[in-house]
Amino acid sequence: MKKIALALAVTSVLALGACKKQAPADLPPPPQATGPSTPAPAPSTPQGLVPGTQAHFAQQMQGRDTIYFDTDKFNVDAEDQAALSQQAAYLRQYPNIRATVEGHCDERGTREYNIALGERRANAAKNYLVSLGIPAERLTTVSYGKERPAALGSNAEAWARNRRAVTIVLN
Amino acid sequence: MLSRITALIVLAFFSGNALAQEQVRVPVLEEEGGLSVTVTDDSAWQDLSIAIPSFATDRDQPTAANSQGTTALGIELGRVVYNDLRNNGLFRPVGPDSLPNPAYQQITAPSWSTWSGRSAEMLVQGYVRAGADGRLTVGCYLYDVQLQQQLVREGWVVDAADWRRAAHKCADLVYSRLSGESPFFDSKIAYIAETGPKDKRIKRLAIMDSDGANHRFITSGQSTALTPRYSPDYSKIAYVSYLNGYARIYVYDIGSGRQTLVTESQNPTFAPRWSPNGRTILYSMAVNGNTDIYSVPATGGTPRRLTDAPGIDVGGSYSPDGSQVVFESDRSGNQQIYVMNADGTGQRRISFFGGRAATPEWSPRGDQIAFTHIVGDLRVGVMSPDGRNMRHLTNSWQDEAPTWAPNGRIVQFFRTARNTGETSIWQVDLTGRNERRLPTPVGASDPAWGPVLP
Repeated sequence: MKKIALALAVTSVLALGACKKQAPADLPPPPQATGPSTPAPAPSTPQGLVPGTQAHFAQQMQGRDTIYFDTDKFNVDAEDQAALSQQAAYLRQYPNIRATVEGHCDERGTREYNIALGERRANAAKNYLVSLGIPAERLTTVSYGKERPAALGSNAEAWARNRRAVTIVLN
Repeated sequence: MLSRITALIVLAFFSGNALAQEQVRVPVLEEEGGLSVTVTDDSAWQDLSIAIPSFATDRDQPTAANSQGTTALGIELGRVVYNDLRNNGLFRPVGPDSLPNPAYQQITAPSWSTWSGRSAEMLVQGYVRAGADGRLTVGCYLYDVQLQQQLVREGWVVDAADWRRAAHKCADLVYSRLSGESPFFDSKIAYIAETGPKDKRIKRLAIMDSDGANHRFITSGQSTALTPRYSPDYSKIAYVSYLNGYARIYVYDIGSGRQTLVTESQNPTFAPRWSPNGRTILYSMAVNGNTDIYSVPATGGTPRRLTDAPGIDVGGSYSPDGSQVVFESDRSGNQQIYVMNADGTGQRRISFFGGRAATPEWSPRGDQIAFTHIVGDLRVGVMSPDGRNMRHLTNSWQDEAPTWAPNGRIVQFFRTARNTGETSIWQVDLTGRNERRLPTPVGASDPAWGPVLP
């Protein structure tokens, strides 16, 4: 039950958290209602997901497996730190799993530079996780540059969703 | 497999009793509407009207080059020469489908009245002969119709499979003689073939001739391939693959089909570039998120780090003499173009015209650097090696990654469409006027133009 309390605390911090960065309108998805009136969800396998798997991690993160960046930037701001803290809590809870951080860019740059920029973003996220006590040996990075967009449009909103670092649990 | 083309010394023709009976077909030059061109400036050669009839043959015989005989092959040869000269915005050629077919004897003794009557200023004639060894002999003659003079001629012996190369050599001969520029048609392009939706795009390494012919996919598409570069002798292609999940540079050997890592590393390596002599490969490597440029012997060995700025240093392109490297760095705060000596010393910024500047490529002539200029949109531009005289060659939503024709007169690049992300390869000459899309079977990006074949 302590873990649930921690998760709730993180969630509330996030809800109050800094919104200085121009976040995409539709992402990340809002945290699910976990108010005091509803019973807290079971810590694991609400839909039969196996703890420590990518599917379970993604479900538990509620969108906070991904952090977003401003154009050409790779700094981790307060909002990103909150998301990464939640990722770190999960990785501490399952100490045997490894993860990789994927760095991505929007399409408004050249291909090779974007591979380098995605590396910067993935490493920024990784370094923050390491600063929270996650052993570097458990984390790898990969940059896809602008090759794997999450949002398909060619507009500011899609570009904001694509400038991201996504943490993936490796099974 | 490249096979050599041997120059013939002289083509001994019997000076026949000139029947002068050509098999006249459709006597039209309709698209030209009566050519009368006045030579007014240095680029007037581009307005020359050139007649390129089918190549003649001494005896129609089957070859391995086509299912029909050498007569049909002669028409194809004329078409390839015609399309080379036409598609690049050079000259105003008329091809074999609109012209009478000269007889074999007329190749060395043109029927002048036929061509002057069609207002042709220049005449390209040729022949093809099948040899007993299965190889083809192809001759190419350029005539000045008004002067009734032969300007240049050359001949080649090629394997039947390489018949198009003979036509490209002929187009190169004509282009060089009339423009004074170096040849470029007989060359190849490596690129990335793209299929599928934007978020699940399959990217395969592929190669083709400079006119899009002899297209071949090299990789299956199971792992993403990016940014190929032909070795100067066309024997290998360096490119980035996400084989095994992470970006690494591989050198693919075209002859054996095998590939090797350019350098063993736990870090991502990308942006491969060959030195002009093929002995060194430049590459970029990210260590803990910081990308720098390294060089390594193409045959393997100890890498040498050339940059150590805290910013991203990436890409690179050698000057033709191999002494300098132009590259891209954001050490000033955003992407700009820098030049350094090939050993990494003497790094200095050359781009100061505003916006961001990326993907510099040194012209094979040495006189220009092509690059991607980013000011909202991505456009292809050129500048002098000192960073002056910047000008745009294209104006579209997203044009990037220029690569030079071997003679430094034409630039290819890839264009991305808004929203769909569909890619296509385009080329433009240095005037910026003659822009055209290259025919590719599927979407296409990252063109890399190799040198003229020997």
